[in-house]
Amino acid sequence: MLNRQGRPTQAGDAAAERHETFTGNRALQQIEPLIFEIGHHETTGVDIDKPAPFKSRLGKHARKGEIGLPGLSEPEAMRHYVRLSQKNYGIDTGLFPLGSCTMKHNARLNEKMARLPGFSDVHPLQPLSTVPGALDVMLELARYLMTLTGMPAVALSPKAGAHGEACGMMAIKAAIEAKGEAATRNVVLVPESAHGTNPATAALIGFSVKAVPARPDGTVAVEDVKALLGPEVAAIMLTNPNTCGIFEPQIVEIAAAMHEAGAYFYCDGANFNAIVGKARPGDLGVDAMHINLHKTFSTPHGGGGPGAGPVVLSERLAPFAPVPFIHVENGKSRLVEHKAEAPEGNDPFGRMTAFHGQMGMYVRALAYMLSHGSDGMKQASEDAVLNANYIRAGLADLMSLPFPDHPSMHEALFDDEWLKGTGVSTLDFAKAMIDEGYHPMTVYFPLVVHGAMLIEPTESESKASLDLFIATLRDLAIAAKGNDKTRFTAAPHHAPIRRLDETRAARQPVLKWEKPQPVAKAAE
Amino acid sequence: MSETRYTKDHEYIRIEGDTGTVGISDYAQGQLGDVVFVELPSIGKALSKGGEAAVVESVKAASEVYAPVSGEVVAVNNELEAAPGTVNEDPAGKGWFLKIKLTDAAELDGLMSEAEYQDYVKSL
Repeated sequence: MLNRQGRPTQAGDAAAERHETFTGNRALQQIEPLIFEIGHHETTGVDIDKPAPFKSRLGKHARKGEIGLPGLSEPEAMRHYVRLSQKNYGIDTGLFPLGSCTMKHNARLNEKMARLPGFSDVHPLQPLSTVPGALDVMLELARYLMTLTGMPAVALSPKAGAHGEACGMMAIKAAIEAKGEAATRNVVLVPESAHGTNPATAALIGFSVKAVPARPDGTVAVEDVKALLGPEVAAIMLTNPNTCGIFEPQIVEIAAAMHEAGAYFYCDGANFNAIVGKARPGDLGVDAMHINLHKTFSTPHGGGGPGAGPVVLSERLAPFAPVPFIHVENGKSRLVEHKAEAPEGNDPFGRMTAFHGQMGMYVRALAYMLSHGSDGMKQASEDAVLNANYIRAGLADLMSLPFPDHPSMHEALFDDEWLKGTGVSTLDFAKAMIDEGYHPMTVYFPLVVHGAMLIEPTESESKASLDLFIATLRDLAIAAKGNDKTRFTAAPHHAPIRRLDETRAARQPVLKWEKPQPVAKAAE
Repeated sequence: MSETRYTKDHEYIRIEGDTGTVGISDYAQGQLGDVVFVELPSIGKALSKGGEAAVVESVKAASEVYAPVSGEVVAVNNELEAAPGTVNEDPAGKGWFLKIKLTDAAELDGLMSEAEYQDYVKSL
């Protein structure tokens, strides 16, 4: 008999031959089934008293059959979750060069601050008089964000990057409506190299999207933007530094052209980590920009807490900022929860979140800012850029650069020109990195670069760590060019699960868990 | 007598009388990789040359398929919904996307012939 995962249940099962070990485990790397596959309905690790006799008022809605919850003993439940936690890969286990979203420096001090009971145990509905400290943190964080970006207003509540994009674009829409141009201004320009969320956000809010072509050097030209401008254009959504890792050289001219045409400039702040303390979006002519706190001020994905995406706004958009926000008047602060309570001159477009946003992230971000100081934050940006260029310099002779003429900002971008004729693809190369113990970099994005490999180490890595990473990629690159194809096309060889069939997963997705049924051994 | 013309964005249009069958080239399907989803327009929709006609999604990326010429959609290949892989297996045949009734046959003049397209692909 084999169980549903195709694993043997008794000695001599043929399935055992398909694995290197009888259990499928590799020493202490253990295969972990789903909790529903371990548990039994008949058992439970908790003693629950039999309910006293009662009269049900559910009538025909009362459920009589099995609920189907898995029952586990305490040690079983403990092992299940500990084993799962050991499978996590994040900044605390190794280099994870997807971007600052997974690599941002994640100081433990921030966690300690976020766990202070005055922050971690507050409830959004408790009386304001009991949480002055929390309000102070929000005010202070807002002040720092406005200072670092050179912008006069900030909406703290959006919960992550794309949510922040939606907030900024809704503020732009509200401003356009206030000018009476809602019916005619409905086009948003998005460069070809943009994050996919940009056109998605614009479309979600009801704008139609027009693509701005990318120049051969990976940047956006002001002439190309001007050619698309007209009375129907509401805004441009531009990332800076862009997704090719280049600081847009004409960003100031692009902003001016947008404003001259009566349109707005939304900047995607996903890559803000590269320019903190070096350039202020407000000085570049930005009208709205989200800041991924988790990419710029600690707590990357895989490193703890959730995301948060506050949006800084220009003078022109500030009146439309969503509630809730803290309004300070004559040295007294109050929380504005409803449009009717908004001070004179404010016209909030609505509300993005049920409550006040990610309090825990506010604390972590502020702790990061206060512990690093302005000099420390600036140095973090410089180190992030230096590290990306160190990787670029260490690999440029073996791998190919699509934009050799521009220095890199926060990330080193390679294309697959150097793999031509080797029979190894970008995907194969990425999978081989898993065998070496590295999470692969971003691949096949940005779309404007063929077979893109986008590496962002951030400031978190030491020189020794970068040297080992570069040496590993050099070894892989030499092997790829030296016809050692199987190291790549069959990779990963050493991961708990080998190459997944992405095509079948996308064409015939299995979206529902079904109760395991023992299957009889196939007749031989 | 049918004739196939190509766009720089790798769509083809096979002309039969005043209608054309639109799909993506063999080169395009190879670049996309395994196609997992195709979104087709509704019949009767008016398309303008260069405007979005359909969406094709592969394991690597989602891309727009642009209308090679202006006209009205008169048929779509619903088979692709259940079997998007047909685009990879037979892009020029069973993997067609839609049929379009041309508004202006002169628009075809701006498109590449088979030989010109093959040269263009070689230059990429």
